[in-house]
Amino acid sequence: MKKHGSEIAMEEDKPKITRLTDGAGSDIEVAGQWRLIWLKFRQNRVALFAGWVIFFFYGVALFCEFLAPTLPTVAQPRLTYAPPQEIGLFIEDETGQRRFQLHVNGYAMTVDPESLRRSFTSDPANIIPIGFFVRGEAYDMWGLIPMDRHLIGPLDPSDQMNLLGTDKLGRDMLTRLIYGARVSMSIGLIGVISSLIIGTVLGALSGYFGGWVDLAVQRLIEIISAMPTIPLWLGFAAAIPLTWSPLQVYFIITLIVSLLAWTSLAREVRGRFLSLRREDFVTAAKLDGSSTGRVIFRHILPSLTSHILAVTTLAIPTMIVAETALSFLGIGLKPPVVSWGVLLQDAQNIRTISSAPWLLIWPSLAVISVVLAFNFLGDGLRDAADPYDS
Amino acid sequence: MLDAGPTPLVRVRDLKMHFPIYAGLFRRRVGEVKAVDGVSFDVMEGETLGLVGESGCGKSTCGRAVLRLYDITSGEIAIDGREIGDVPQPRLRDMRPTMQMVFQDPQASLNPRMTVEAIIKEPLDEHTTLSETEKREKVGELMDAVGLNRKFAKRYPHAFSGGQRQRIGIARALALNPKFIVCDEPIAALDVSIQAQVVNLLEDLQEQFGLTYLFISHDLSMVRHIATRVAVMYLGKVVELAPREALYSDPLHPYTKALLSAVPEPDPALATNKERIILQGDVPSPSNPPKGCNFCTRCPAVIPICREREPDTREVKPGQFVACHLYSE
Repeated sequence: MKKHGSEIAMEEDKPKITRLTDGAGSDIEVAGQWRLIWLKFRQNRVALFAGWVIFFFYGVALFCEFLAPTLPTVAQPRLTYAPPQEIGLFIEDETGQRRFQLHVNGYAMTVDPESLRRSFTSDPANIIPIGFFVRGEAYDMWGLIPMDRHLIGPLDPSDQMNLLGTDKLGRDMLTRLIYGARVSMSIGLIGVISSLIIGTVLGALSGYFGGWVDLAVQRLIEIISAMPTIPLWLGFAAAIPLTWSPLQVYFIITLIVSLLAWTSLAREVRGRFLSLRREDFVTAAKLDGSSTGRVIFRHILPSLTSHILAVTTLAIPTMIVAETALSFLGIGLKPPVVSWGVLLQDAQNIRTISSAPWLLIWPSLAVISVVLAFNFLGDGLRDAADPYDS
Repeated sequence: MLDAGPTPLVRVRDLKMHFPIYAGLFRRRVGEVKAVDGVSFDVMEGETLGLVGESGCGKSTCGRAVLRLYDITSGEIAIDGREIGDVPQPRLRDMRPTMQMVFQDPQASLNPRMTVEAIIKEPLDEHTTLSETEKREKVGELMDAVGLNRKFAKRYPHAFSGGQRQRIGIARALALNPKFIVCDEPIAALDVSIQAQVVNLLEDLQEQFGLTYLFISHDLSMVRHIATRVAVMYLGKVVELAPREALYSDPLHPYTKALLSAVPEPDPALATNKERIILQGDVPSPSNPPKGCNFCTRCPAVIPICREREPDTREVKPGQFVACHLYSE
């Protein structure tokens, strides 16, 4: 079917198909999407640092049994509200020579004769030598491997070392803070994963199919976002049976928090789907006979994984704060589970804040630094998420 | 009615594609955009039917409706002897290899997250049971056929120029040995030197694989180069359908005349003598077309009956069909 009409102005004698030349370019390494994201992300120093901070906190959460000097449940009845101890580097031995030995000073206790309140001061005469990889309280690593080594602790297990002070039952604050990291950090992660699944699926359905599906999902989102969260949480939490184990409560609290947090993610995903489903490459995939699932998972979702990642990172601190708030109000996790929110609840009264401020300071600092780090990381990821822009 | 010569591969009768307009709190249906409103044509096996018209006249919608990318409002579409007008979408899947499409924007039509190989291989994944090695070999053959270097198979679309991307799109369309390809303004997004390359490539492939094209374009010179017959659309309707020579040398419909007079004339001596027909007013809204002939609001040769009754399509000269009251007896 070749046409050689005399009036055709086009030149017909040229080669029809100009073959692309074999350039040296074919050996050049091609950077994929994730590599480009990483290169762009790396330029953001703050986000990079935040990434390391989060990495550190998750490391602490993962190895908390080993990192903590003792167990969070070990109470020292004689050492309630004991202040933090300082680590000293050198001691003088009997011969009067200074030598290197990590140590803390023991406590000297005085009792106020009127209020009968105990107060502790550092006793330079009572030197407690400490060291790394010492034997201490026995524990099961990840509930599986029986161990008794701790990263840091007194050389003599019967001595006391409370680097961040103790609480009202004389439990070591540092230990509890480290154990709290496991619960608080993982509640963010588990909560985000479940809200990620709900949000992505509902957002994808809503954006891809449109029509009444979209209408229903959007109204649902509006209703959920219109609900005042605290009273709702109160209601849910009150409905949890008292007989449930702390672990069950932990999961149900995670679920409650995530059931309300998926809405923004669903909106984001829906918006992207709305714009992407009309793209020609999606039409092309349909023309090739791709199933709906294949179109969604192979063609549309990969284009927004980086965005989902960024949004998710920004959602984790919300979860952590939500758990902290719930536990602080006494409706979330309850002792003996240790989370940062539970620790903060211990520091609720004015008596604690005035006499034992370390109970308030350290958990708050932990929450603040983690939340800030997640926000900086999420911002950095969002900026780097689309390497082909600009 | 519109048959001429060899057997038609594609037969479209009274195709209507109306898009509903929803408004208000309860998304009630308040009207419809008549993007394609009663279009009939045949595309013969091995020919190229050019479909021209101005922006918004419904030519792209028509092309997509023929491929059943939409659920059409009414009408009949038969491709390769099979009626697909009212087949539900899931059952269309078996028909997909026969009919493919080349898109206007080569940037948007390639998934930016997939390599060239994955893009071209996708139809093979969906419709064939070839082994990985066979598929890769087939991809290589397709890349050869469209003049792409096989070494670039592992690259992403953003590493290619517009013309190269369009070649990738063509290779994907060819993967399943289709008979019928809708070219939806395949050259509109390319610069002129590349346009010629891509059009020549399309012509060569047509010869090599015996393809049938529906070539949608607003570039009248390009359509004159590639098309066997040309259909002119205005506001959702085909106003004139004729063999290429007849249409360009002796256009009958007033709209075709006006459209052809707008083609730039490269020879300045001829250009000064050229009579330019300038239409007054704007194209009416496709959601509210005028009564009678769609073109009556702007037609320079309008007569009273045009505002009353819609003109029928009749064969005024052999093979030349016109929908205009001026040519009724």
